Amino acid sequence: MAGDLRHRKIIRAALGNYEIARDKRKASFQSWESARQLAAETKWDALNHLDKYLVEFTAKIEARGTKVHWASTAAQAREIILQIVRDKKAKSVIKSKAMTAEEIHLNDALEHAGLNVVENDLGEFIVQLRHEAPYHIVFPSMHLTRGEISELFQRELGSTPTNDPEELTMIARRALRKKFLTADIGITGANFAIAETGMISITENEGNARLTAALPKTMISLLGIEKILPKLGDLALFLPMLATAGTGQPLTCYNTMYGGPRQPGESDGPEEWHVVLLDNHRTELLADVEQRDVLHCIRCGACLNVCPIFKNIGGHTYGTVYSGPIGSVITPHLRGLQDWKHLSNASSLCGACTEACPVKIDLHHHLLQNRRNAAVQQPTLKEQIGFKSFVQLANHPKLWAFAKKFARLTQPLQKLVRGTRLDPGYHWTQTRDLPDVAPETFKDWWRKRK
Amino acid sequence: MTEREKILARVREALKVTAPLPGSHGETHLPASAKNISTARQWLPKVGESFAEQLALFQKNAAELKADFQLLASRDELENALAKISTAENWKRIASHHGELTDFVSGSLDLPICFTDKNYDVHELETCDAGISECDALVAQTGSVLVANRSAGGRALSVLPPHHVVLARREQLVADLPAAFELLQQKYAANYPSMISFITGPSRTSDIERILVLGAHGPKKLTILCF
Repeated sequence: MAGDLRHRKIIRAALGNYEIARDKRKASFQSWESARQLAAETKWDALNHLDKYLVEFTAKIEARGTKVHWASTAAQAREIILQIVRDKKAKSVIKSKAMTAEEIHLNDALEHAGLNVVENDLGEFIVQLRHEAPYHIVFPSMHLTRGEISELFQRELGSTPTNDPEELTMIARRALRKKFLTADIGITGANFAIAETGMISITENEGNARLTAALPKTMISLLGIEKILPKLGDLALFLPMLATAGTGQPLTCYNTMYGGPRQPGESDGPEEWHVVLLDNHRTELLADVEQRDVLHCIRCGACLNVCPIFKNIGGHTYGTVYSGPIGSVITPHLRGLQDWKHLSNASSLCGACTEACPVKIDLHHHLLQNRRNAAVQQPTLKEQIGFKSFVQLANHPKLWAFAKKFARLTQPLQKLVRGTRLDPGYHWTQTRDLPDVAPETFKDWWRKRK
Repeated sequence: MTEREKILARVREALKVTAPLPGSHGETHLPASAKNISTARQWLPKVGESFAEQLALFQKNAAELKADFQLLASRDELENALAKISTAENWKRIASHHGELTDFVSGSLDLPICFTDKNYDVHELETCDAGISECDALVAQTGSVLVANRSAGGRALSVLPPHHVVLARREQLVADLPAAFELLQQKYAANYPSMISFITGPSRTSDIERILVLGAHGPKKLTILCF
């Protein structure tokens, strides 16, 4: 992927424009650095008193008729949502962008249960049509050109070819409008959960989340327990900081706070609102005092945008839901350190991520800590066997010489099956090159030279 | 034990040790309890103190956001301004809600009106050319319009029709975001509306090659008529 120059050009152009806009917005703050410190301290307060705030949040939001559900695992969260869908005998679901839903693979579960699920954020809609994971946590389709999107719409929606981003957006708008008006259930994520008033806050640009929370009769919001902010007024700081760090805007187009389903005397909105609070290893991160600040993350994507590794390898190469520096730090916690420790090395330790983070997460040090923690643990069985075999091989000159000869002779055969499951080096060659073994060893060459 | 109890027990177990304060190198920090809404004000983008400065800032922000901000001399000009837009865009049907300002002007257009403050048909709202609403405040710092479902005709009126027209008074202009949240607290703290939204320009997306397109799912146009 790093060798794909066309891909790198697309990413560089997109992120170059982002940097210009973001720097302009940062400069408009009287002190961006002090704002970061205040944001970090506010999140610190929220997380170090999380039990108190979670209790306050649920009491307040339940008092206004919202049903709160608690899920320790991804499987529980999926089951809670499926149960609501079954109870409502729903057929169609519209969903506004939510990384937490990607984390628990909600769409697969819903589709498996026979539901029609449509993503309504434009970028998410595009990657859903391509059966792809989002490329970036804020810009899901930033790796695609308008030509590719036009071809996709022609194939999937039967639209006429166009190279105009505005026309392409309108094709999606028309297609999705119908879904909005007929969907039984709307699913959203949340950017913040306000303990003081029992509200969630959703940040967006398109208006898709607003429609998701206005039209269907049942609304479900899925959020991690770390989304808590103590006070409603904290948003006066967090909303502009999220927009600045995320997209370089002073404020995104819609920042909306929801405090309940449709209340008596109100004319629209869902009759029922379910809020699902997800743990899924977050309490384990909370227990890690050294890395607790990782839960400060507001998913702005700023660390991805400045990361030299992300800029070269792109979002899909990580093979994770959360990519970039924040993804490399949290994925080992969510999915196992030994299986995902290689991500800690996808870093130049330049510290650009730490500097970009609006809530001051010490990202590059956490990558180092993950390396350290991985090294003191027992590695996976595969790795143990691999290294033990290598030691045997390297300690026996005859065996070593045989291995080299064997490799030279069998490599042409490997080329025939490269990239297929028959390839013994499949896991390596799937994503990497395997260089040719030299036709002559150094030893042979040395001997000849004499 | 319910999942709620299990999760809270794990949280309490984890929090037996407090994490060090962020960026702490021995300096003193303001305790969290001493902070209030206006603590952030000193770090956020600067807003002038006089009304004229704030108005100019709102105008500048609205222009950057591609919203149409029209400053009118008096309430009587609302009717005229609205009629001009209606003629230019050839409106056939509008949506609105009952309120002092909306009642004052919406009848003058002589068009069928879909009222959204009582039960209404969403398919009918979808066919309207414009949604006309009041608001809670205008925010100079960001060029935002603050609406709540209680003050602006529900959740869908300001986002479903292709053109959102906001009617506002000059005195509704507040300086910055902290002031907007203070206003919300004063106005609603006893019983908050179930939806409160900061609308900052017409709906937009940059999901295709990071090129700005207006009118992704919400209104393509946002007009603010202020007297």
